[in-house]
Amino acid sequence: MSSLLAARLQMAVSLGFHILFAVAGMAMPLLMVLAEWRYVRTRRAEYRALAERWAKGTAILFAVGAVSGTVLSFELGLLWPRFMLHAGPLIGMPFSLEGFAFFLEAIALGVYLYGRERVPARVHFASGAVVALSGVASGVFVVAVNAWMNTPRGFRLLPNGDFADIDLTRAFFTPAFPTQAAHMVCAAYASIAFAVLGIHAFRLLRRPHSSLHAAAVRIVLPLAIVTAPIQALTGDAAGKQLAVYQPVKLAAAEALFETSRPAPLLVGGLPDMKARHVRFGIEIPSGLSLMAFGDPHAEVRGLEAFPREDWPHVPIVHLAFQAMVGCGTVLILVAAWGAWLLLRKKSLAEHKRFLVACVLAGPLGLVALEAGWTVTEVGRQPWIIQGVLHTRDAVTPMPHLVVSFVASCVVYAFLGVVVALLLARYVLRDEEPPETQP
Amino acid sequence: MTGAPTIWAGVLYAVIGLGLVVYALTGGADLGAGLLSLFSRGPRKEEQEHAVRRAIAPIWEANHVWLIFVIVVLFSGFPRAFAALGVALHLPIAFALLGIVFRGAAYVFHAYGIQTAEARAGWSRVFGWASAVTPLALGAVVAGVSSGDVRVSDAGVTSGFLAGWTTPFALAVGLFALALFALLAAVYLAAETDGALSDDFRRFALALEVLAGALALFTFLLAARYAPELSRNLRASGWTWPIQGATAVAAVATLAALAKRATKLARVTAALQVTLVIVGWGLALRGHFILPDVSLANAASHPEVLPALVVAVAAGSLLLLPALAYLFWIFKREGGAK
Repeated sequence: MSSLLAARLQMAVSLGFHILFAVAGMAMPLLMVLAEWRYVRTRRAEYRALAERWAKGTAILFAVGAVSGTVLSFELGLLWPRFMLHAGPLIGMPFSLEGFAFFLEAIALGVYLYGRERVPARVHFASGAVVALSGVASGVFVVAVNAWMNTPRGFRLLPNGDFADIDLTRAFFTPAFPTQAAHMVCAAYASIAFAVLGIHAFRLLRRPHSSLHAAAVRIVLPLAIVTAPIQALTGDAAGKQLAVYQPVKLAAAEALFETSRPAPLLVGGLPDMKARHVRFGIEIPSGLSLMAFGDPHAEVRGLEAFPREDWPHVPIVHLAFQAMVGCGTVLILVAAWGAWLLLRKKSLAEHKRFLVACVLAGPLGLVALEAGWTVTEVGRQPWIIQGVLHTRDAVTPMPHLVVSFVASCVVYAFLGVVVALLLARYVLRDEEPPETQP
Repeated sequence: MTGAPTIWAGVLYAVIGLGLVVYALTGGADLGAGLLSLFSRGPRKEEQEHAVRRAIAPIWEANHVWLIFVIVVLFSGFPRAFAALGVALHLPIAFALLGIVFRGAAYVFHAYGIQTAEARAGWSRVFGWASAVTPLALGAVVAGVSSGDVRVSDAGVTSGFLAGWTTPFALAVGLFALALFALLAAVYLAAETDGALSDDFRRFALALEVLAGALALFTFLLAARYAPELSRNLRASGWTWPIQGATAVAAVATLAALAKRATKLARVTAALQVTLVIVGWGLALRGHFILPDVSLANAASHPEVLPALVVAVAAGSLLLLPALAYLFWIFKREGGAK
């Protein structure tokens, strides 16, 4: 295995692992605060129990996210020293702001988790709100870095590869930033809402009279119903943004080989790279033109309009894109069903078929999340900074990177299994016995 | 990017130094506490371990953000230094990360796992050992940048991946860091507990202070051979002896305070001692990140970036420091840990 491939895979594994905990760190505090708020309003014990349970879950996920995030901040230098050499000054500002937001989140979480008996109730609630807000802020700042990699701005490239005339404001507010940030924040809320909904629906199927799980569904389902369709809108905006700024990525995502006017939207299908043709796909006439430019007659540039060496790995990007859109569509359908049931004031706890659907939909948000990041990152290849620096030129000269790649796989797999087991015990435990405090 | 270092670069260099000091005093003590838990023994073994966990529970995550803070300021302000460190000291940094990952994970798995006593004891041991790995590895990084063996040209690192950190000196620095961190933890815990438990930690602290003193001398002697330029800077300037004298005074004061059971005072003098060790080392680097090739003069980022970074750090601190003070006030004030 080449060093470049090992480094890319290690980065993929690290990011793919971290992102799950990062979105939990963004969205779980909101759930925790919503439950706490309901408790303050109603004084019903199940909301307090729920707030404490979600807080425990947040604590575990946040802590693992904190260490995997620490690893990533170092890995940027360990794996991509030449990227950091050039990009460090430009992405340093959003990373610094992210550092402060994360710091604030860690402090507020300490107060929230351990301070219930020590600080006034209002301060305790406020600390939970600060956790939720700073979690989102740190997510937005990190996305600003990624948006800069996709649409780099705020510098002048010198012939020797160095950057000059740095403009930090332009480097922060890049063209991709607003759409990517909106798409990411909404992704965090939607994927965690559906995952949590799935877990509590699973328990409700076993224990239909549990007030705790019913309360959980009452809090989470509205969040899922609101975020699932909004996510389609932010995704549409992100697609229109791609059409202008990263047309190769869009063409790869849609496996559009030939420039077409109008261009059809392809559903499914396996790209055949030799024949430059997609097999088994369903074409929706003018769909892509409409999606990319809001005009059914618009021309969409295909892969063949760009040099072959600038293409990403088309099958991976296309399949990941299909997976993301497919999962998102299923989630919207489940959300619509839930909204319909809520409007008709049905008792959800007894609606077996809907609960089963929620359980099945539970992991799909997270699958869509991983697939979406695959589209973003693999779709940008062969560039680490779009149009500026090739990934192969950024990799460390360190030999035997395959060793550290394998080691990181083992470590992350081990941590993943342990976290999953711990969370499963929390989920499967019945709510009656008192908790053992550490 | 070469030329005379600006005042902004100097300020950021000091900010990084300050970040390292605070990391040592908080995150370092926290690592030291993990190490102490390995050595807890006697009739109050369980109480000792419990005191360690209770002391770090609300603050450990915040304590470790200081390291990220240092890294981010480093790569934003001095990207060339960060890139060179990532290459030349790839391996010890990777080991430090491994320690950080297992320590953090073992801590939460122990604290939040609903599991058997055996499994919890297992996580507790992982937590302790992982707490030892990180200071050793970070000590090797410190030794590496100080050694003069890591060479960096315009094309990048030229001295390979083993230079500077695979020496007896590197091991000595790691052990010295370990002893200082454990000393901080023992002194803090002695001040935060009472009765026989406090006395246990006080005795740990006394032993560790003696050990730290011996390791300091040992490291200093090894430096002459394995980090010659650093050693010269440590010995030959007008300012070094006052600082080293002050470090020794702080160490003796810590010993005296511990002997007299003035644990609150010992907390101050031990923190001062560790601060002076780091400041003394930082001054002996004389504006370098990696001796002798990477310095403030040639690693600083674009002149337009540095002031903005200083402003961001200052503004962030205005928001952060009150919050941090509040966190420590809640959990560490008199009677707060009860």
